[in-house]
Formats: sequence, structure tokens, C-alpha cells
Amino acid sequence: MTIDLTQFHDAFFDESFEALDSMESALLQLDAGRPDPELINTIFRAAHSIKGGSSTFGFAEIASFTHSLETLLGELRDRRLAVTHTISDLLLKSVDVLRTMLGSSRAGRPVEMQSVADLQFDIELIIVQRDTGVAASPSPMTSPPADPALNRDGAISRAAAKSVDWRIELRPGPEFFARGTDPVRIFRELAVLGTLKVTADLESLPGCRDMSPEWCYLSWSLRLLTDAPEAAIREVFEWVNADCSLTVTAGEGAPDTTPGAPSPSPLPPATLRAAQEATASHEPGSIRVGVEKIDELINIVGELVITHAMLSQISQGVDGPAADELHSGMQQLERNMRQLQESVMRVRMLPISVVFSRFPRMVRDLAQRLEKQVELKINGETTELDKTVLEKIGDPLVHLVRNCVDHGIEKPQQRADAGKNAVGTIHLNASHRGGSIVIEIRDDGRGLDHERIMAKARAQGLVGPNEMLSPEQVRELIFLPGFSTAEITTDVSGRGVGMDVVRSNIADLHGKIEVQSERGRGSRFLITLPLTLAIVDGLLLAVGDQTYIVPMTSTIESMRLTPSQVTAIADGREVFRFRDEYLPIVRLYRTFGLAPRARALHDGLVVVVEGAGRRIGLFVDDLLSQQQVVIKSLETNYGRVPGISAATILGDGSVALILDVADLIRMASHREAA
Amino acid sequence: MTHPPSEPTAAAPSQVLTFVIGDATYGVDIPCVQEIRGWSAVTRLPQAPADVLGVLNLRGTIVPILDLRLRFGSTNVQYTPVTVIVVVSVMSAKGPREFGMVVDGVSDVIDISPQDVKPAPELGTSAGGSCVRGLVAVAGLMVVLLDINLLIGREFPATGAADDSIEAA
Repeated sequence: MTIDLTQFHDAFFDESFEALDSMESALLQLDAGRPDPELINTIFRAAHSIKGGSSTFGFAEIASFTHSLETLLGELRDRRLAVTHTISDLLLKSVDVLRTMLGSSRAGRPVEMQSVADLQFDIELIIVQRDTGVAASPSPMTSPPADPALNRDGAISRAAAKSVDWRIELRPGPEFFARGTDPVRIFRELAVLGTLKVTADLESLPGCRDMSPEWCYLSWSLRLLTDAPEAAIREVFEWVNADCSLTVTAGEGAPDTTPGAPSPSPLPPATLRAAQEATASHEPGSIRVGVEKIDELINIVGELVITHAMLSQISQGVDGPAADELHSGMQQLERNMRQLQESVMRVRMLPISVVFSRFPRMVRDLAQRLEKQVELKINGETTELDKTVLEKIGDPLVHLVRNCVDHGIEKPQQRADAGKNAVGTIHLNASHRGGSIVIEIRDDGRGLDHERIMAKARAQGLVGPNEMLSPEQVRELIFLPGFSTAEITTDVSGRGVGMDVVRSNIADLHGKIEVQSERGRGSRFLITLPLTLAIVDGLLLAVGDQTYIVPMTSTIESMRLTPSQVTAIADGREVFRFRDEYLPIVRLYRTFGLAPRARALHDGLVVVVEGAGRRIGLFVDDLLSQQQVVIKSLETNYGRVPGISAATILGDGSVALILDVADLIRMASHREAA
Repeated sequence: MTHPPSEPTAAAPSQVLTFVIGDATYGVDIPCVQEIRGWSAVTRLPQAPADVLGVLNLRGTIVPILDLRLRFGSTNVQYTPVTVIVVVSVMSAKGPREFGMVVDGVSDVIDISPQDVKPAPELGTSAGGSCVRGLVAVAGLMVVLLDINLLIGREFPATGAADDSIEAA
């Protein structure tokens, strides 16, 4: 009976990617010089589970590669090999290669075998050399082999401990092909004996015009890891011996007679048990759920919130004998609704470690490339965020962390000269604060250079030649489009596409980003995000006969102004003093073309709001209430409205518009008259 | 000058919902029509064209409402208990989009054959000119057939390719 296994492929891929993640994270910890046996075990188990699954489902290349990997890990686990920097680099590269292989297989694309073959060879080499006491040093490939597909067929690794590294030189005469010999066939036969690496020498190849197509201009260098005797190798070349010059020499390490590790059995017969073991290693009591199912749940809960608000309004107006029971029933319902809402929101929440996990590797590789020493400290990775927020916060965070390594942290010599530790530190913290998530990225590098920023801003015409800005305003300049003080655009950062996109991405998530910095001491970026995107805590405002909503996360304070607090400045604009700055007043009725109930500032209220690093005061007729509102898209059926981010449905079924504070602030600064 | 028939080769009749604006009768393809409902107050949208009255809550979705009467040049429009909104859906690059059209009243659903549809004479850029796909005579009455896709393309702010901001959860 044949079972159709393709239905399990998705689970296999998901679990394999997870296994790779845990392998990588354990490898990074290993790299710090602590050969913790538990970490090696974790890595071994991850490779083993991928091997089992891939063989069950017929992904032969992955199975074969992970088999070699597992053998090497076995040597490490049993302490027959020590963890060296070379080996851990090799293992990290294997993770990358496996990711690519899994990705290709998942997408149904053929696996690109070149890098796999090279890496597999290097792994096997280390295993072999272990027995012969030679320090492992994988040799790089010099030129592409004649047929990379070769290693795919029959690259079964035999008892590595007894294998020998043979070097074979094959130099055919020009009539090699004319006699009907196909070198690929020969290589295929050799590959059956062990692990083969083929390097073609193309030096004798003349130009197309001078070439005679039937002649052979190629020669090959081969390396074969096999436990087969020399006679078996020479036998493969029997038929062509006369037409070429062949040399077969044993490489470093004569055949070993000491009993090494017991020969690993050939690929175990694939059983469903291997796949089941992989599944069983999951935490008990968790299931995978499609995102659409959760989104549907959230939509329905959203509708419930609106219906509840409607019923609530109606029940306010109900009198009579049943009124009391009705009111207390509605209160109970409200409590239940709130609980349901919170529970459903939590279903979509994932720990931020999902995003943070890629940073240790990224920082390590980047620091290496830039010749800096950087230590990354992560805190609060269990902090949970809504899945959509998580997906969109990744890129901005990557950009910020890269900036820290690239521009923030100085080279070790510069740091030492400044009296700092040669190793720079980047702190990455996430925590809940009130109804928001706060993410902090802090470094002890050189900090923002205010003079450079001002000079650049002046050069770009963003700041007038005599204009003076406070330190805080100078720092805000980095968020302007096209702004970058990097002299050279590295492929890491500095393309000027950065900070403004970071800020607008965060603004799209209804969040905000602030920066603090001290010259010579370091910089600190603080990102604040709401817990969820679907529902927002809103303040209802009345402007004329319309109701608008401003998100609570953007509001600072509301107040009634007296005429003495307001100053009119040039162009008819009005400002008022708030704490220690002067803020412009935006009369919302003018922005939206409505007839207001209050025209005089002291007849209405001013709500101070914050966005894009700036604050303004919104003049409205009245504050109505504060409530949670479900965000409904305006853009699906209509389009973008300036100053408005989305819409919502109030308890009475009518539509209210939600203000886009950042946009309003931008509009205010472009307008001639308030 | 004769124009080749603009309809596809299907000779099967198609169904059209007819409605009245002022003295004229218009028609739209039935498959586009989602529902017909009475008039209710809309929420105004800032900086919208004069004929886009605002948005309405339609079973949880925010739907823009376009007053076709204003669009076609009427100056004196009333909103009475018999004023009707025809809610239609069109397929756009970003998926299905709904909007509502305010009309004076709906009439019958009629069957028309593609060969009976005559091309509309050039009306210039005046009201309704560019979204007419043809004219058909039914029982002595001239029905102006509208192309909904052209109507929505002109009315509502284009959502540019670079604009992928907030989607409702």
C-alpha cells in the first residue's frame, strides 16, 4: 500500500526550518568558546531529525548531506573531535546551505548542488583527517567541476573512519572523445565508491575559432574519499588507460588500520517512525493554525464589539421594570466581551524572539566583515506582539541594528584610543509598558555627530544657513528622506533610504520612534508600538456635526485655552505655549471644511497630539468619549484621504473617521495659514 | 461610420437593472449589482469631489457613496424616503471594490441582446459621457447603459502602486 506522503511535506519543511533555527542559535552560543555538551546534543538532534524526515519524504540530497553532517556532529558529541573555529564556521555554513536546499525543495525547484558538494566534501575531509591526526583545514575549490550533478548520484558516504583521501590526475590525449569515452560516466562510477570532488582544468581550452570540437582539451583533478582499495579505483579507468595519463596517489593519511568509530550504517531504511519522532519532539499541547482562521476570528470579534456598542446605546434609553436587569446584563456582557477580545488578540501574538533571533548571526557576520568587535545583548525576547506588527517591525529593526554596527560602533583601535573597551556593546530590549510595546536599541559607540548632521542638512537646504536648532531637533533631522551622513554607501547602509522609511514603517503600525544620543558615548533608539493593529483606543472628538477619532497613543493632553495663552504669528498662524515649547494650533473645522459650533478658541477645546517627532494642538468643539474602536479600511473601496488613516463604525452604526496625526502634522507645516 | 459590435461574441441576452435619474433611464449589468437600499445619512469625506457624498457602513464594510444625479449634472437633488442607493461591485487591480450610487428610483430588470446595443454618440466631456457603453431601446424607451468600471476609475482617488499602507485586520 502506498501512502501519499506529500500531505506531510509542509509539516516536514516547517519543522526542519525550526530545527535549523535551533541549530544555528546553539552554534552561535558554541562559538563563544564554551563546548557545552548539551548544546552539541541539541545540534545533533536537529540534524538527525532533518535527516530522518528528508529520507522519509524522498529528499535524497538533503538526506545525504545531513547524514554527513550528523556523522561529524557525532564525532563532536562523542568527544573524538574538538570544536574549533573552523568546524563551527563549517557548521554555520551548513545551516545556510540546508536552508537553501530546503527552500528550493519546498518551492519545487532543483537543488543547486555546487555549494552542497563542496561543503559535504569538506565535512567528510575533517572526519577522515581526524583519524590520521592531521589538523582539519578544508581546501577551497579552484574552478567549477565538469559536472556538479555528479555528486548527487550515489554519493553515499561509507565508513568515514577507514576512508582515504585519494588524489587522481586524469590527463587525456586529444582523441579521448573520439574513442567514444564519456568522462562523466567514469566519474559517476568513481562516485559510487565514495565521496568525489572533481575539478576541471580549462587552461588548455583555445578560443572558439581555434577549437576543434571533437578534440579533448580538458584535464581533471579528482579527490576521492573512499575505503575501496587502489585496485578498485584503477579498475574504473581500465578502458581509457591507454588514451590518457593517469596518476592515482593516496592523499594525506595512509589507510588507517586502527579501529575508529564503528562504521555508520548506510542510510537507514526510511520509516514513518523517524518522521513521527520529529513531530513528537514538539512541545506537547500545541497545534499549528492557519492565519486566515485567526483573522476570521478577529473579524467576528470586531463585529461583536460593534454590535455590543449598539446594544449598549439602545439599552441606555430603556426604562421600565426590566431596565435594571437589562443594564446589569449589558455590563456582564461588556466584561465577557473584553475578555473574549483580549483572548483572541493574544492568539495572534507571538514572542518577539521570532524577530530577534536573526540578530546574533547578523551582528556576528557584519562585525567580522567590518573588522569590529561587537557584543549583542538581548533582553525581553519573550515579550509578545501581534503577528502583523511582528512581520512589519523586522525590517526597521534590521536597519537600526545594522546602523549601530556600521556607523555607531567604532573600530577596536579607535575605541581603545577613546578609553573604551575594544568590544562594543549593542543592547536590544523589548518590554511592555502600559498598553504598548517598547523596543530599545542602545549602543556604546560614537553617538550622533550633531555638527555633521547640521552641515549635511544645510548643504541639502533642509535647514537655513543661520537657523539654530535644539539638540533634539538636530537629531530629528536624521529621519528626513534622503538624509545620510555616511560618506560611502556601503552595501550595508548609507543609501539614504533608511531612517525615513524606518519611521514611516513604524508610523504605519501606529507606533513612533525617538532617538537620544551623546557624542562619544553612544545612541539610543526607542520604538513604541501598540499591542494590536485591529482595535485602537480612541478619543472621540466632535467637530461641527461630525465625529472624529484620534488614537489615544497619539494624545498627550487636552485643555481649554484662554486668549492670553495664544499668540498670533506671521501668516495668520496661531501658536500656544505648552510645557516649554510653542505649538501650532490646527483648526480641524478648516482642515475638513466643516461649520464648527465654536470658532473662538476659548469656546472649544485643544487636544495636544504627537506624531513624527512633533506636537500640535487640534482645535475641536468637544471631547465626547473614550472607547475602543475597530479599525476599518477606507482604502479598500475608496482611497487615501489626507489627514485620515482609517474609519470605524460607532455604536449607532454610523461611520466615523480616524485621524492620521502624523499626516495632519505634515499638512500643518505645509500650509500657509492655520 | 459603422462600428464593429463592442460586445463579445456571446449572443445570449444579458440582464440589466434599470434606474431613473431625472427624465432619463440608465442601466447597469446585473452581475455587478450587490444590493439596493434606501437612503441613509452618510459620513462626509474631507476633500472629496462634490458628487462623492461620503461613506456608509454596509454590514461592516466602509462603502463610498456617489450621487449619480450630481455626477450627471443635476443641480437640485432631493433625499427623500424613496431615494435609492444601488450598491455595485467592480473588480479592480487590488481586488473587488464596492461603492453605492444614489439614484431617483429603480425600475425593472430587463433582458437585452448584445446586437441591440448601439454605440453612444460622442458626447464630449459632459456629464456621463465617458462612462456610457452604449444605448438600447426597450419598449420605446431609450436606456443608457453605463460601464461601472469607468465610473469608479474617474471618481475615486487612485491608490498608487507605492501605497500599501494600513489594511484593516
